[in-house]
Amino acid sequence: MKDRGRRTKKAPASCRLPIAQYFAFALVLAALTGFFVAQSARAQETTPSDDEVNAIAKHLYCPVCENTPLDVCPTEACRQWRELIRQMLAEGKSEQEIKDYFVANYGARVLAEPPRAGVNWLFYLVPPILILGGAFALFSAFRAWMKPKVAESDSGREAAGASSSDDEYVRRIEEELKKRK
Amino acid sequence: MVAEFGFSILAVSFFVAIYSGIAAAFGVKKQSSALIESARRAQLLTFPLISLAAASLIYLLVKNHFEVSFVYQVTSKSMPTYLKVTAWWGGQAGSLVFWSWLLAAFTSAVTLRKWNRDIEFLPWIIVISAITLTFFLGLVVFFENPFTRFWQDASGQILMGMNGDPIKSVFMPSGALAPFIPADGRGLNPLLRHPGMVIHPPMLYLGFVSFVIPYAFAMAALITGRADDRWIRLTRRWALWAWLFLSLGLVFGGRWAYDVLGWGGYWGWDPVEIAAFMPWLTGTAFLHSVMIQEKRGLLKHWNMLLIILTYELVIFGTFLTRSGVLSSVHAFANSPIGPMFMGFVSLSLIASVALLIKRWPELKSEVEMKSMLSREALFLLNNLLFIGILVVCFWGVISPLASELFTGTKITVGPPYYERATGPLFAGLLFLMAVAPLSAWGHSTVQTLGRALWKTFAAAAVITLILFFAYTHNGYALLGFFLVAFVLLTTLQEFWRGASARMSAQKENFFVALSRLAKRNRRRYGGYIVHISMALMAIGILGIEIFQMETQGTVAAGQSLELGEYRVEYRELASWDDIGAGVNYTRSVVDIYENGIYLGKLYPRIDYYYDSQQNMTIPGQHATLRDDLYILLVDWQPVSAQGATFKIYVNPLVNWLWIGSLLFIFGLVFAAWPDRDPAEAPVRRKVRAENKQAIG
Repeated sequence: MKDRGRRTKKAPASCRLPIAQYFAFALVLAALTGFFVAQSARAQETTPSDDEVNAIAKHLYCPVCENTPLDVCPTEACRQWRELIRQMLAEGKSEQEIKDYFVANYGARVLAEPPRAGVNWLFYLVPPILILGGAFALFSAFRAWMKPKVAESDSGREAAGASSSDDEYVRRIEEELKKRK
Repeated sequence: MVAEFGFSILAVSFFVAIYSGIAAAFGVKKQSSALIESARRAQLLTFPLISLAAASLIYLLVKNHFEVSFVYQVTSKSMPTYLKVTAWWGGQAGSLVFWSWLLAAFTSAVTLRKWNRDIEFLPWIIVISAITLTFFLGLVVFFENPFTRFWQDASGQILMGMNGDPIKSVFMPSGALAPFIPADGRGLNPLLRHPGMVIHPPMLYLGFVSFVIPYAFAMAALITGRADDRWIRLTRRWALWAWLFLSLGLVFGGRWAYDVLGWGGYWGWDPVEIAAFMPWLTGTAFLHSVMIQEKRGLLKHWNMLLIILTYELVIFGTFLTRSGVLSSVHAFANSPIGPMFMGFVSLSLIASVALLIKRWPELKSEVEMKSMLSREALFLLNNLLFIGILVVCFWGVISPLASELFTGTKITVGPPYYERATGPLFAGLLFLMAVAPLSAWGHSTVQTLGRALWKTFAAAAVITLILFFAYTHNGYALLGFFLVAFVLLTTLQEFWRGASARMSAQKENFFVALSRLAKRNRRRYGGYIVHISMALMAIGILGIEIFQMETQGTVAAGQSLELGEYRVEYRELASWDDIGAGVNYTRSVVDIYENGIYLGKLYPRIDYYYDSQQNMTIPGQHATLRDDLYILLVDWQPVSAQGATFKIYVNPLVNWLWIGSLLFIFGLVFAAWPDRDPAEAPVRRKVRAENKQAIG
């Protein structure tokens, strides 16, 4: 607020300049502005918006409350952490730098997933191995079950195949459908 | 007085439970029906006994007996009476009493049924539920007693123990003069003072506890050596109701989170949620795979294993949420509850599996698997996927604990892991949901399945193409919506085929035909309704997970925030105290516009509870079938009330999740409704007898 007030007071002074000088000044100002706009992507003078903060906070986990993403955690501590993110963004830090900072200070638990390094690979490998193992076991069981069929496919078993009233009912419906056609 | 009475009754019911178990086991051994009858009566006695203890606890809660430490923890003077009653399950000790009470009630309902030819099961069902009941009552009596009180010494000071905490005991300790009565209680966590939270835990516990009954029957079948599927037939409805309650518990929990927790979502893959989700997964697998055993006599071992797993996961889930292990492995070691639970889960798991292995040869399949595309084969695939999701969940919950225990570093396993790992498995389940109902028991080929499915497959593909050109290019979303459309069309086609056949055969109009068709086979068509509801829920989940938008900003009165097609204009804000309720309300008023058209006002607010010093964020919601506009009041300037910070979400399609949930309840109640038409039962028995002949 104060800054804005000072700027408006200065404005009349520039009005007193001759036109040529005024243009020259305006050009320099424009160039400078352009320069600052280009720079602002890295070092902004305006504070980063809540959305920019949340976009990073979303992927960080509150170091004190369990399993709460930082962007939605209502505690005072988390509000301060969000302000910290805002400050670091204003300093021009990248998302990765901010994440690294949080990991360095509060441990790997602030990340949504364990870092993919060292013993943590175990974490990522076990579920797919188990599931694929289960799938393999199931399919080998299928094959084992199906083998005897070739050897002794007698008609008695075929008859036993459609075994429930359920299917009996479906069959009748099917017949009915055929008749209609 | 009441505290001593309640505790004594609990202690008595503990011993009665032990007696009923021992008497039932000895009754079998000595072949004494008198002893078994005595066990049955002892079991029946546990229910009124625990009810009395629970009534004492509720009396203490309602009458503000803050000298009772449990009452002090979960209630305060300002809470309305109905919340004081429901505070019964708002804390650890009370919820364990609640668990025991439900178990005693359900077991009593089972022991009261007409037993006739299944009488051999009865004593073992009493034994199994008595063991479970004894465990829970033991926890309450010895470790988590809800009736312990604070005490004061001669100077009126609260009596402190050696560790610096107040001494809590039921009966007067030495050095005490009278109970110490705090002026007011701490009050229930405000997050739990929501109607959703009032219903959610009982539903979950109803589901948890009713799964004990099928487990008890399964164990009874193993112990008595009855290799047939009688236990499954006897407990089919129990399993369905258990599954309904568990599902309702999950849905109410999700709705509660959506309305109260203020993060714009309904499910955060939190370990507490997963604790309830895991038995649901095995329970769902069980409901499907028992059908294979009933129709084809296959997979007897697997069904036993599934119900054992479900039971253990029920106990494990209670353990996860109740022991404090999730916040820290060390908290687990500090509370005696954790090791007790671990011990019970391990012992019961070992005992159950040992029993299963002993009976392994007797549970051989009656027929063989014929084709990889048969209904039973596809059900097995469904089981594989459910167990796969279980593995992912279990691993995700266990890893942080293991990491803290073995490496000393805490890790977080959050939504990205679960979404990535379970996504393909859920997609597989949707695909099976579309395909499996059209495959035949025994034998199916690619040709027969293809003939049955190609039309709906093509229609779903056309719908997906329309979505691609008109709405979204997101591959995951398109795949998801394709599968949903495939399931919906295939299932609706099944209804249509059945109904139109009846229409022509019986000369009925469409609706009569549809309702008679469904009532004639409640299980099948109830199941289809559940499938449709799952597809609707999937629409909601896809919508919010893939297309959720959010923004946050601070605005002065008259300014607005924009998100998607919505504009939210901040009007005013007011803050006031409700002295009686002990709450400070800060309520904002916003106008909402869609594409410039005024829709109405919303009132996002924050409630601050003085007794527990906690905030509760209540969103303002504008719900339509297309999306939810969900506005949270995040912060405000207290002095000028000029600026307020809002967080706004647009959650597309999310209401289909709730619509699906309602349909789900209908479908399941329809399926579990007692059948008055016994026409189908004899047919099946006859066919099965022929089966046996053909094999034997």
